[in-house]
Amino acid sequence: MSIPSEVLCIVCPLGCRIGVEEKDGEFFFRGGCARGKSYAAQEVTHPCRIVTTTVRVRCGEIPRLPVRTSHPFPKDRIFDLMEFLRSFEVEAPVQRGTVLARNLLGTGIDLVATRTIRRLEREGEYSKEAEAATSQSSSWPQE
Amino acid sequence: MPKSVEAEVVVIGGGPAGMAAAVSSWEHGARKIFLLERNPHLGGILNQCIHPGFGLHVFGEELTGPEYAERYIEALQKTGVEVLTDTTVLEVRRDRTVVAVNRNGVFAFHPQAVVFAVGCRERTRGMIRLPGTRPSGIFTAGCAQYLVNVEGYLPGRRAVILGSGDIGLIMARRLTLEGVQVKAVVEIRPTLSGLLRNYVQCLQDFGIPLLLSHTVFEVLGKERVEGVLVGEVDERGKPRGELRHIPCDTLLLSVGLIPESELLRKAGIPLCPSSGGPFVDEDFACDVPGFFACGNVVAVFDLVDYVTKSAERIGQRICKQKQEEPPPLVVRPGRGVATLVPQRIREGKEGFLYVRPKESFRKARLSFVQGGKEFYAVTIPICRPGEMIRLELSQVPWPGERGEVQVVLEGERHVDTL
Repeated sequence: MSIPSEVLCIVCPLGCRIGVEEKDGEFFFRGGCARGKSYAAQEVTHPCRIVTTTVRVRCGEIPRLPVRTSHPFPKDRIFDLMEFLRSFEVEAPVQRGTVLARNLLGTGIDLVATRTIRRLEREGEYSKEAEAATSQSSSWPQE
Repeated sequence: MPKSVEAEVVVIGGGPAGMAAAVSSWEHGARKIFLLERNPHLGGILNQCIHPGFGLHVFGEELTGPEYAERYIEALQKTGVEVLTDTTVLEVRRDRTVVAVNRNGVFAFHPQAVVFAVGCRERTRGMIRLPGTRPSGIFTAGCAQYLVNVEGYLPGRRAVILGSGDIGLIMARRLTLEGVQVKAVVEIRPTLSGLLRNYVQCLQDFGIPLLLSHTVFEVLGKERVEGVLVGEVDERGKPRGELRHIPCDTLLLSVGLIPESELLRKAGIPLCPSSGGPFVDEDFACDVPGFFACGNVVAVFDLVDYVTKSAERIGQRICKQKQEEPPPLVVRPGRGVATLVPQRIREGKEGFLYVRPKESFRKARLSFVQGGKEFYAVTIPICRPGEMIRLELSQVPWPGERGEVQVVLEGERHVDTL
C-alpha cells in the first residue's frame, strides 16, 4: 500500500491538510490538531471504514436486507468482503441488530442487520418484481 | 362522498420529519393523531440511505438510515398515533380539510392542525436543460439509490455522475462496491456541493476522478446511453476548451433537491422564493394558522438530525392552542446567504436558525442587520454551501419592535483544492 504524502482531515469541518513523512518506518505529521494527527496516523497505517451494503433475503417483505460491519473494516479488504457477500443470503424474518455472520474473512468483525424485515406468510404476497430483483443478484458484475 | 374523520392532528408524510412531529404531538398531549404515508413502510428516504452517518446529534452515535428510521418507528408504536400506510393525500384545503385515499376508500380529515412533512424531490434532467438524445440509462441519484439498495437492481455497468451533491458522492461509492465502473463525478461549480468527508470516503478512497468546473454538454446514445460529452466551464458557466467524450451506459444526476410544496401551494400557504418551501416561524408554524411544516419541505437540511429537531418543535406549539398574532420579526437572506430558516421569529428564545451559505468562506462573519444597522454578529472559522450554519436563536439579541432583519454572510473566499 502506498503512503499518501498528505491526508485530508475529516475529523471536523475545517478540512485541514496534514502532511505525512516517513523516516525509518516512523511517521511524522505536519499541520492539523492532535485529533487530526491521530486520524492521519490511523489513515496511513491501518485505514478502516464501516462497510454498508445489502444482502439477499428470502421470503422477506422486501428483496434486499441492508447490513453493516460491526466495526470499521480494513480498507484494503473491502472488495474481498463484497465478493464474499455476493453469495451470502439470509431468510426472513430478520431483526435489526442481529449478527448474521461472525469473524468476516478472519478479521474478528461481524456482519449486522440494519433493518427489521418481516416474513411474508402468504405466497402471493411476494411480488413478481421482488422475485426478479433478488434472482438477478447472481448475474451482477464480477469484476 | 369521502368518509368524514374527526382528528386533532393530521401529519402528512411518514419519514423522519413526520414521525418526529407525530411523536412530539402525542408527548405534548394531543390525541387523535393520524400519520399518513403513501408508501407501504414508514421511514421515507432513510430506508434507502443504508450508509452510516445519521444520528450523531440526536442519538449520540452513528447509525445507518434504516436504523435511524426504526428507532422512530419503535417510538411511534409506543404512542396512540394512528398510522395509515399506503395512503395518499390528494388535497389539502385552506379550511384544513385533508382528503386522502387508500384501499378502504376516500377520507376527509378535519383536524385542528395539519403538519406537512412531505420532504423534497430531486431536480431532474429537464430542470438543468441537459441537451442530447433521450435514451434509457439516465437516473436521478436518489432513484438509482432506491433501485440498488431497496429493489436490488443495478442501473448499469459504467456510470458518470453529474453533480457533486452528497447523494451523488454516496452513489459513486455504492456503485463502485457493486462492481460498476464510475468514470467521473462532474461538477459545474468550482467547489464540491456535498460534505468533505463524503469526498474523502466516497471518491478519494476509490480513486474516482472529480472534475470541478466541468459539466456534461451532451448525452449520446439512441436506445441506451452510450456516452457523454464533458467539458470545462468558466465562471459564467460558458464552455472553455475542447469537449471530451466519456463512454458510459449510465448517467446519474445529483443536481439538487427542492421542497415538495405542491400541496402547500394548492392550500394557499405562502411560500419562500429562496427555499421553495413555506415561510415558517421558530416552531415551524406556517403563515396560515393551523398549518405546520417540518423537515425537507421547509428547506433542504443537510442532516436528518436537524430534520428531527425541527419536527420536535411542533408538538408543544400545537398543544398550546392560543390565539395567534402574526410573528413580529421577518428574517431575510442578505448577501452571501442562499437560504435560511425560520424566516419568521416569534419570541426568538427556543429553537435554531439554519443558514445555508451561498459560497465557501474562511473567517466568515454572519451579521444581523436591522434598518441598515448591524446589531449582532458571529464569526465562523469556515463555511461551505454543503454545510448549514446552525445558531441557537437565544444567542441573538433580537430587536423588540416588529420589523425586518437581514442576515448577511461575508468572509475570505475559500476554495477547497481537491
